[in-house]
Amino acid sequence: MAFGPFLLLALMEGLVTAAVLALAAAGLSLVFGVMRVVNVAHGEFYMLGAVLAWAVTTMIPGPPALAFLAAVLIAPLLVAALAAAADGLILKRLNYDPEATIVATIGLLYILQQAALSLYGPNAYPVTAPFEWRIQLPWFGYSGYKLFVVLAAELVLLGLWLFMTRTRAGLIMRATQVDRSTAQAFGVNVDRVYMGTFALGAGLAALAGVLIVPIQQAQYLMGHDPLLLSFIVVIIGGLGSLRGTLIAALVIGLSDGVISMFFTPTLAKILATLLVAMVLVFRPQGLFGARA
Amino acid sequence: MTGGGVKVWVLHLTLIAALFAAQFLLSPYHATNLARIMVLAVFAMGYNLAFGYTGLLSLGHALLLAAGMYAAGLPAQLWGWTAGPAFIAGIAGGGLVAAALGLLALRTAGVSFMIVTLMFAQAGFLTLLYFAPITGGDDGFAVAAASRTLMGFDLSTDTPRFLAALTIFAIGLCASLALVRSPFGRTMVAMRENEERSRMLGMNPFTVKLAALTISGLYAGAAGAAYAILFGYVGASFATIQYSILPMLYVLLGGAGTTLGPFLGALLMFALIEAATGITTAHQFIVGAALVVLVLFAPKGILGTIRERWARWLS
Repeated sequence: MAFGPFLLLALMEGLVTAAVLALAAAGLSLVFGVMRVVNVAHGEFYMLGAVLAWAVTTMIPGPPALAFLAAVLIAPLLVAALAAAADGLILKRLNYDPEATIVATIGLLYILQQAALSLYGPNAYPVTAPFEWRIQLPWFGYSGYKLFVVLAAELVLLGLWLFMTRTRAGLIMRATQVDRSTAQAFGVNVDRVYMGTFALGAGLAALAGVLIVPIQQAQYLMGHDPLLLSFIVVIIGGLGSLRGTLIAALVIGLSDGVISMFFTPTLAKILATLLVAMVLVFRPQGLFGARA
Repeated sequence: MTGGGVKVWVLHLTLIAALFAAQFLLSPYHATNLARIMVLAVFAMGYNLAFGYTGLLSLGHALLLAAGMYAAGLPAQLWGWTAGPAFIAGIAGGGLVAAALGLLALRTAGVSFMIVTLMFAQAGFLTLLYFAPITGGDDGFAVAAASRTLMGFDLSTDTPRFLAALTIFAIGLCASLALVRSPFGRTMVAMRENEERSRMLGMNPFTVKLAALTISGLYAGAAGAAYAILFGYVGASFATIQYSILPMLYVLLGGAGTTLGPFLGALLMFALIEAATGITTAHQFIVGAALVVLVLFAPKGILGTIRERWARWLS
C-alpha cells in the first residue's frame, strides 16, 4: 500500500479511537468537573459496559442488530445504577474528600475487576456487530460499523452538550459545579445532582465499552488503557470543559492511530504518559481549571 | 507524640526481639513469609514517612521500589556484583529516583501530585518493558547465586535470609522512630498539618517535602534491593501500580503516621490473604474491599485508633 492510503487508514483508525475515547473521557471530565472526584474506577465502568454487552447479546435471541440494540440500552443503564449505588454507599459518606475518594475508587476498581474475573472469566469473548457492511475504497475496504461508531459517538456527545447547555437539569449541574454551597442555598438537592452526575459519567464510559466491543473483544482487563487515555485527554483538554475534552480526544486519538503505525505502542505510551505528567507539573493552572 | 520516650523504645525493641525469636518457633515456610513481610514492611515504612507523616499521598512508589530492585539486580546480573555493593546501589537508586521525582512532582500538590506520581510510575514501568532485552520485561530474571552471598553467608538459605531481612527491618524501624521524634520529624508533620502556617514560621515546604520523599525513596530502594537479593528475583511486575497501592494499603490498615503501623498492616494483610486462600482465590476483592472499608470506617487505621483512644504515647 502506498503512503497516502496507509496514512488515511491510520487516520480512520485514529478517528474510531478518538470517538470512543471522547465518550469515556467526557464521563470522567463531567465527574471531575461537577463533583471534583477523580474516579480511578472509570475504566472498570467501561469494561463492565463491554462485558454486559456480551452478556445481553448472548442471552437475547434473534438478529444481531436487535440484540445489540438491547445491549446499547441495557448495559449503560445497569452500570449507571451500579455507579449511583457506589456514590450513595461510599463517595457520599466520604463527603467527596478528594484524596479519600481516590483511595475508595481504587478499592472499587479492584472489586469490579475481581467480580468480572470471577463471574465472566479470564477469556476474551467477541460480540457480533449489529450489521455487516463494508465500504469499498479504491485502496482498501473499511468496516461500516466503525464509521457507525464514530457517528453514534458524535450524536451522543451532541446530545450531552444540548443536555448540559439547554436543559434545566444541565443548568443545575453547571450551577453545582461553579459553587456547591450557593446552589444548595438556592434549593438544589446537591446529593441528587452528585449521584446523577456519577451515574451519567459511568453510563457514558459503559456506552463507550458497548460500542467498542464488536471491534475489540470483551475482557476483564480491558479498562486499563481507556482509563489512562481518558486521564490524558481530560488533563490535556482542561477539566470541566466539554469542548476541551473533545478536542483533546480528537488529537490524542488521531495521533495514537498514527504514532502506533510508525512507532511501537510501548514507546508511544511512554511518551504520552511523560507528556501528561510534564503538563501537570508545568501548566497545572490551565489544565485543572482555576482550582484554589 | 511527645513524652513516653522510654516506653516507645522498649516497645519497638521488644518487637524486634520477638521477631528474632520467631524464627525458632516458625516452620521454614512461615519464616520465609515473615522475612518477606519484613522486607515489604520496610517499603511501607518509607511510604509512611512520605504519606503518614508528611502528607504526601503518592501513587507512584512502585517506581522507587523497582528503582532499588533494578539498581541492585542489574549490576549483579551484568557485572557479577556481590550482595553488599548491590544492596548499597539499590538504596542509592531508590533515593536518587525519589529525589528526581520529587523535584518535578512536588511542584504540584493534592490530587495533581497523586496523578503526576502515578503517571511517572507508569512511564517507568513501560520503560522497563521497552528495554525488555536488558530488564527481562514482565518475565524478569533470576539473580545469580554468586551475587546473593554476603561475607561468606549464603543469603538464599533460610537462616541467613531471615537474619538479613530482620537486620534491615530493625535498622529501618529504629531510624524511622528516631527520625519522627527528631526536630525534622516535627517539621514533616507540620507540612502535613498546615503547610501555609509552617511557611510563615520560616520553613521551606519544598525542601522539607523533598527531603522526606528522598528518605522515603531510600527505604523503598532498600526494600527493592533486599527483595532482589534475598528472594533472587527481579521483574517489571514490581513496578506496576499494584505495588504503589500495596504500601498505601498496609499503612492505612496499620495506621498512617504511626511507626509500627506499616509492619502491622503488612503482617495482617498477608495473614488475611493467606487465610482467605482456602476459601476463595479472589485476592483482589479482599484488597479492594479492605481499601473501601478502611477509608470509610477506619481512616486512622488500627494503631492510629489505639493511639487516639488509649495510648497517646505511641509515636
